[in-house]
Amino acid sequence: MIGAGGAGMYAALSAAKAGARQVILLDKNMIGRGGATIMAQMTVAAALSEAEPDEWEWHLADTLEAGRGLCDPKLAALLCREGPVRMREMDEWGVGWAREGDSIAQVMAPGHGVKRCCYVDFLSTGPAVSQTLRNRVSRSKEIRRVSNLTITELLINDERCCGAFGYDVSSGVAVSIEAGATIIATGGLTKLYARNSASTNMAGEGYALALNAGAELIDMEFVQFFPIGHLAPRLVGMDPIMWDPFRYKLGGLLLNGEHEEFVHRYADADEGNYKITRDQATFAILSEVAAGRGSPHGGAYLSFAHLSEDRLREAFGPVIDRLADNGIDLTSTAVEVSPIAHYHMGGIRVNEKMQSTIAGLYAAGEAVGGANGANRLSGNAITEALVFGDVAGREAALEGANAATAVPSSAEVWAADRLSSMVAASDESPDQQFNRLQGLMWDSVGPFRDAKGLEFARDQIDGWGVSEERQGQVTILPFDMNLASRLELRAALTSAKAVIASALAREESRGAHQRRDFQEMNDEAWHCSQRIKLHEGTLVTDKVRR
Amino acid sequence: MIDSQRIATLEIVRGSEELGLETVAYELPFEDGASILDGLMWLKTHREPSLAFRFSCINANVCRECTMVIDGETTYACTARLRPGVTKLEPLPNRRHIRDLVTETVPRRERLIDD
Repeated sequence: MIGAGGAGMYAALSAAKAGARQVILLDKNMIGRGGATIMAQMTVAAALSEAEPDEWEWHLADTLEAGRGLCDPKLAALLCREGPVRMREMDEWGVGWAREGDSIAQVMAPGHGVKRCCYVDFLSTGPAVSQTLRNRVSRSKEIRRVSNLTITELLINDERCCGAFGYDVSSGVAVSIEAGATIIATGGLTKLYARNSASTNMAGEGYALALNAGAELIDMEFVQFFPIGHLAPRLVGMDPIMWDPFRYKLGGLLLNGEHEEFVHRYADADEGNYKITRDQATFAILSEVAAGRGSPHGGAYLSFAHLSEDRLREAFGPVIDRLADNGIDLTSTAVEVSPIAHYHMGGIRVNEKMQSTIAGLYAAGEAVGGANGANRLSGNAITEALVFGDVAGREAALEGANAATAVPSSAEVWAADRLSSMVAASDESPDQQFNRLQGLMWDSVGPFRDAKGLEFARDQIDGWGVSEERQGQVTILPFDMNLASRLELRAALTSAKAVIASALAREESRGAHQRRDFQEMNDEAWHCSQRIKLHEGTLVTDKVRR
Repeated sequence: MIDSQRIATLEIVRGSEELGLETVAYELPFEDGASILDGLMWLKTHREPSLAFRFSCINANVCRECTMVIDGETTYACTARLRPGVTKLEPLPNRRHIRDLVTETVPRRERLIDD
């Protein structure tokens, strides 16, 4: 398992349960500490029927509707059908779902037809899920955990994935791993954008690994932007998307830089109650900024000042004190919010067994593409991490038990050569380059796109590889951050190219992909997903007909 | 416009036993409310690409990887704030020092090479 967030940890447990004798769970950071799951302070969707009657088919209907006709129906059905099983299991494992009387508390969230979303108080859902899974994997005898191991390449033998190559960050020692089956669980690519809600270690590495191994990706043009991510003042110790449930519960007001309400100018009346869709809110805020009426940091104000202190404390609970630590008093201060990159619908193309188009290679969690179509329903991300992790772990264990795992030395030499070239080269600070990439993606490949901007971004990135000087033997320093940043940048540029190529090809607007130059949804031409793969060094897209 | 930029000085222990240890002072600009981790990220981006410190979640205080000694106190770089004047940053004591502000905080059974 490459990546030890929610999906990778669950996949490891599932593989061990299915009889795999040796499971290696590794992460470039620390096991169960990085990735998106641990950052998620919000809710998890599953048809548990605790708060009111619900069926997994209803959850599926909501998921398909949010996906604007593009969800892979088999993957979406798997997510919704198995979700309740995984959530009850997490409950047995002591995750601590919030209770209402004897029932698991379930609340409404945007896009859901019934109260379906469970959570751990207060804003602790992701950390609680991560800790529960960390405890389980640490007790498994079959799971070998390895922190600080960065994978740089997948190893391929005769069109079959037979393991992975990378290096131990602490010592700098190169490592080659033979594996009967390999699962990519590295999360998404939201770090490619200047404003994002991700852990800082998700830079599209899994997508780049898959592309370079010859696997297909799908739906790469669909990056979900969350309309009211935290922008200012500086807020530490909190998830940047934390304002959503409070705006939902309390009717927080969106105000422009001149402290006027503005959402009604762009969409049907908001009624102070969060009725507008995410893409409408995103459009409204960015339009005000473009018109010179943004807040000081380039977003909008979110104000709760019309509410009493008692009402705020009742709704926010101890969160009020964490806000006070950040110098934020909601009775007098309006915070600044902005759309931020939040989740990637696209990813590695898999079947219902989570098998990619390369034998021996699987994916789990956000790294998987297709289940959420053009737009993900809120609450489905942790559900898919656990459900897809379960399937991927089980199927990989079955295939891995019988697979030949010999790694050809030519593949190792190639991988070592690619790594050494990254160690040796020196140029502009890779983090400065990454910042430039984030700005470019935000400006030209963000919530609203057009051909001119996308072509500009494509041309900028084409002329901008990470310089590589082929070297012989090289030594990697202990904790070589410069190398880590260069590897992240190289993966990010590859993933960015896949997003741009897919976004350019889709000449319509649908869900999270909004084109200024093709503003209508065009079902005749585009009621289909696109896949993308590397063919002789060039990214090639085509439509997937169902 | 944003006019709250200030200057902080971070005195950082650099190097390792093998490479030699020294304390280096860096000046950097910051905005009110910025964390020590924000400052380290700025230095890594703009001055010292090889500066080594642990982080993962960046500022949500959930990964707890950025633990270090700040002005003599063991705490998280993501919740400690930058301030004008000198702040001293050191690696954790009683842990094997790897380089700069990084010590061996990975649990023994999660290490590739058990030293």
